[in-house]
Amino acid sequence: MRAAVVVFPGTWSDRDCMYALGRVGMEARRVWHRETPAFARDELVVLPGGFSYGDYLRCGAIARFSPVMQSVRAHAEAGGLVIGICNGFQILCEAGLLPGALMRNASLQFRCAPTLLVAAEHASAFTRSIAPGRVLAVPISHGEGNYYADTAALDGLERDGRVAFRYCDAEGRATAEANPNGSLRNIAGVLSAGRNVLGMMPHPERACDALLGGEDGNAIWESVLAGVGAPA
Amino acid sequence: MPVDDRTLAEIALSRAEYERLVAMIEREPSDVELGMAAALWSEHCGYKHTRPLFRHFPTTGPRVLTEAGKENAGAIDLGDGWCAVFKMESHNHPSAIEPYEGAATGVGGILRDIFAMGMRPIALLDSLRFGPLDDAHNRHLFAGVVAGIGGYGNCVGVPTVGGEVQCAPEYSGNPLVNAMCVGVGRIEHLLSATARGVGNPLVLVGADTGRDGIHGATFASVELDAASAERRPAVQVGNPFMEKLLLEACVELAEQHGDWIEGLQDLGAAGLTSSAVEAAARAGTGIDIDVATVPRREAHMTAYDVMLSESQERMLVIPKRAHLDEVLALFRRWELHADVVGVVTDDGMATVRDGDVVVARIPIAVLEDPPQYELVTRRPAGLDARQAADLDARPDLDPARATAALLELLGSENIASRRWIYRQYDHQVLNQTVVRPGGDAAVLWVQGTTKGLAVATDCNGRLVSLDPRVGAQIAVAEAARNVVATGATPVAVTDCLNFGNPERPEVAYEIEQAVLGLAEACRALGTPVVSGNASLYNETPDSAVLPTPAVGMLGVMDDVARALTIAPHEGDTLVLLGAPLAQPASTLAGSEYQWRTQGVASGRPHIDLAHEARVQRLVLDAHAGGLLAAAHDLADGGLAVAAAEMCLAGDVGLEATLTAQASPAPSPPGPLSPGRGEGETERAETGRLDAALFGEAQSRFLVAVREEGALAALGALAAAAGVECIELGRCAGERFRLGPVDASLEALRAQYEGGLERALGGEG
Repeated sequence: MRAAVVVFPGTWSDRDCMYALGRVGMEARRVWHRETPAFARDELVVLPGGFSYGDYLRCGAIARFSPVMQSVRAHAEAGGLVIGICNGFQILCEAGLLPGALMRNASLQFRCAPTLLVAAEHASAFTRSIAPGRVLAVPISHGEGNYYADTAALDGLERDGRVAFRYCDAEGRATAEANPNGSLRNIAGVLSAGRNVLGMMPHPERACDALLGGEDGNAIWESVLAGVGAPA
Repeated sequence: MPVDDRTLAEIALSRAEYERLVAMIEREPSDVELGMAAALWSEHCGYKHTRPLFRHFPTTGPRVLTEAGKENAGAIDLGDGWCAVFKMESHNHPSAIEPYEGAATGVGGILRDIFAMGMRPIALLDSLRFGPLDDAHNRHLFAGVVAGIGGYGNCVGVPTVGGEVQCAPEYSGNPLVNAMCVGVGRIEHLLSATARGVGNPLVLVGADTGRDGIHGATFASVELDAASAERRPAVQVGNPFMEKLLLEACVELAEQHGDWIEGLQDLGAAGLTSSAVEAAARAGTGIDIDVATVPRREAHMTAYDVMLSESQERMLVIPKRAHLDEVLALFRRWELHADVVGVVTDDGMATVRDGDVVVARIPIAVLEDPPQYELVTRRPAGLDARQAADLDARPDLDPARATAALLELLGSENIASRRWIYRQYDHQVLNQTVVRPGGDAAVLWVQGTTKGLAVATDCNGRLVSLDPRVGAQIAVAEAARNVVATGATPVAVTDCLNFGNPERPEVAYEIEQAVLGLAEACRALGTPVVSGNASLYNETPDSAVLPTPAVGMLGVMDDVARALTIAPHEGDTLVLLGAPLAQPASTLAGSEYQWRTQGVASGRPHIDLAHEARVQRLVLDAHAGGLLAAAHDLADGGLAVAAAEMCLAGDVGLEATLTAQASPAPSPPGPLSPGRGEGETERAETGRLDAALFGEAQSRFLVAVREEGALAALGALAAAAGVECIELGRCAGERFRLGPVDASLEALRAQYEGGLERALGGEG
């Protein structure tokens, strides 16, 4: 399993993603947004966090036109794994590869804070190794992470098991107090219909080393590694 | 034709200074020459009133790699080929007018100082001062500055990990915004901001040049008045996205292609003028710039506008001629404009042309030779009386009021948790923040090594106003204590001298005394001053700021995994190091308690620097021996606040009395003191309750110790060092009991965590 970390102008968690992927033994390369590589079938494509194009116009709205997105789309449509973190999630929503939108935080302020997550769905390449009920400590850092989709779309996501993560309390309950940004139904991450594209606002690449405060985020990379050879 | 007074007033040049310029160049200057000279001779660029004082600072040491003032920031050798560069700089005046952009561009400017040296910025800190938050305008400034710092730093992707904020009436209308940045890298990648090599091109990279910020440097060198809001065009607008691209391009250039260039310099105050002139001055060369080649964002800009624009996010690169195309290609790959705007010459002149017309030709030696003024000092009237106040005359705190007094202090704007601020700052990006905001100092891992850096800023303006010399010493000592509390050895200082109008003798006295105090403390603690900045004229017609020589401290540790936090665990013993429990009323001088209860700052602060150094050494030695589980320095709010902060951080209660036992080992005067054997204890009388709980005696730490053996070993170490060591009590349960103070952790937490948000009201 290899990984390709896409770098847009203004991306900043590419370095952190490279570090986290290295920690779990995944070989990773950087891909500049002007490139249009054909990603290998077994390549994990990572759209990291940051402020692509300075968040100008709207988060992710300009990056979705970057040439590399043709390659990302082709990879996703062919069933390849794509994960968008924070700004990467916003870009995937803007590109129509994931449903919904990320609005301004309900607090109207940027939030860099610890959050707790519970995997709401275990039958995916990104969550298969996460034990049911396990609470993961994974921090957020965003101003626009307030997940929105209309009621029908939300119901559809839940019915199809496409809500990957919810913000929760220490007991795994998706309470209002545990919701850091106003996301509907405490949604922190969603999957595509094909379940091979994940978008999430929290930063698993920051929760990758006990020295830095925890390594719960590695559960996502380890799920991906555990699924090598298995159907997505 | 001699210029009129109005023109001189606009560029903040005095008639005498103008005449000095005419005498030096033996003719009337052209418009552009006059503007360039005024900018470089401004207080902000030329340090007209402070430069003679800088000679007092210790600036060298075994770890110092740069000559102070000669580069954009100071560089410190971390060993094994790694180095750290750091600097603090003010952006006070712009933030007073336009808090968001003023603070944002302050962050942008200090970042450029760091990556201009080829180092990757890894941490930002901010030392902030505002007027009291019961005033709506102060709240507006506070919220705007915080939003601006976050808006810029978050977008660039450099974590904002620390700093401090204090409120006092003297900062109303005069907020202070000092931004500090730390960068790291390999020593061989350090770049210099020099324009060497005659014939080498000058390449301007980044943003196009606009009219924003023209004469920002001179604006920063006059007092604020009612018309200051009209100077909004002198405030620049930041583009952190552009900065991120510049940062990555410059770091790539330094790390991979340092041999392509002679120098790299940021454009800050006085824009292209100071950038090019300073780079040439360092190399002893000249520069020849054609403003017609400078890309602009507005039509009809004059040569004057272009040379003095302070448009943000621009860098000046001096490539070797042979590598020009590669350098241009590198920047263009990062989707940045990069254009040749001039050339390095050998004539020692700053030549500016607009196409075929020479609009300025003036010796660099003249521009780099601002007038120097000896400060005329006078001890402020009334200072003696303030110092002589008899603090013992005031009745002591009623024990029945002790809990309420602590709760009030914990919720006050100067002590309450800063979480409202730092949760708006990305403090984790880059995966190297080991100790996060909320403690004494942030600790950063130097990736690729096991080393850690501890960083903190400090200054208590009230103490400096009561005794400028001692207050400044305390600023250095406290910043060093913050770093020591994480287990790091303090190694170097950056400073930001924020004062009022230096032409007033009372202010001049404060400046002079404070610089002497900083210098003395830096000597005593072995921390040379390697970079810094002065911001004077922080005055409105109503008042000057409290004298605020903000100190940024860098500490280093070999094993970052051993960094200490302030959080104790259930069962730990809290031990007070550095002073007995009983403290005289004089330790309330300038304290937060005095201010909160009486609305005054009086008395005389005190510090013994030799004792301070001994206490810090003891803490580092104890940590080296593995004796400490947590540590916290005692500062604002004294012992009770420090203990409460530790317990809140560790989410554990405290059982402690104020008639506590002296530690298992004897107290000072030292190992030779007769009559007290190992394990013997003595009753420590508390004396005044207010001073014991809330006095701010210097050179004290609270440390948490986990094992019995460690407690005894710490006592022995303290005795050998001649440092007081008092076993205060045990961390346990959910109540916080310290002498007559008895409160639930939840009550403390509600006050402490909610204080700032309550104070900010609608802005929160």
